[in-house]
Amino acid sequence: MDQKERQVLVTILATILIFVVYSLFVYNRYIAPDPEIINNSSFWGKAFLLLIPVAIVAQIIIHIIFAIVNKAVTNEDIPSKDDERDKLIELKSIRISHWIFTLGFMLAMGSQALKMELSVMFITLIASGFLSGIISEGAKLYFYHRGV
Amino acid sequence: MSRCNIGNNIRVMRFHNNEMTQQELADRTGVTRQTIVAIEQGKYSPSLELAFRIARVFNKPLEEVFSYLVVGNDEKD
Repeated sequence: MDQKERQVLVTILATILIFVVYSLFVYNRYIAPDPEIINNSSFWGKAFLLLIPVAIVAQIIIHIIFAIVNKAVTNEDIPSKDDERDKLIELKSIRISHWIFTLGFMLAMGSQALKMELSVMFITLIASGFLSGIISEGAKLYFYHRGV
Repeated sequence: MSRCNIGNNIRVMRFHNNEMTQQELADRTGVTRQTIVAIEQGKYSPSLELAFRIARVFNKPLEEVFSYLVVGNDEKD
């Protein structure tokens, strides 16, 4: 497993960790005391907006820790720039991510067309965002490992 | 449908150039060592520009470093 593959694997694990921890935090802090809040669009708006900076900061911290541990263990630096192969893999994985999120978005809109609860739309959007991120990174791992 | 691959002699060329390391070749062509590894293993077909840069490092024409392989017997002219 080369540096890039390890880096992608760390991103996948970090994404899962951040999603699980943040979901548990939101559930215990807001949903458990007041279950009706899930039908409040303002709550979902705040939950989405807060998730973005939290995820970015957590990813940065996790990657800094990974870079330090990786350097100590392998004595190799993580490549600081992306070359043409990295960019091609990035483009291919973004395309996969785009299609999965689009499918999730359509399902979310479909839930509203079928007059389901507001929470169904937001949960579908969050799930599709999470899945598209994970599958996109998984695709990168596949392309780095099997070739592109 | 035929399957096409770009073959290469980079490993041999590195050997004939004082056992040039993958990292040195990567530095001289402006890519990462992982990309050189992927090209050598046939996991990545480089762009035309990168192929020319690699050939230039070895001071050889492109066709001595890279070859075009057609796998399958349904090639059409």
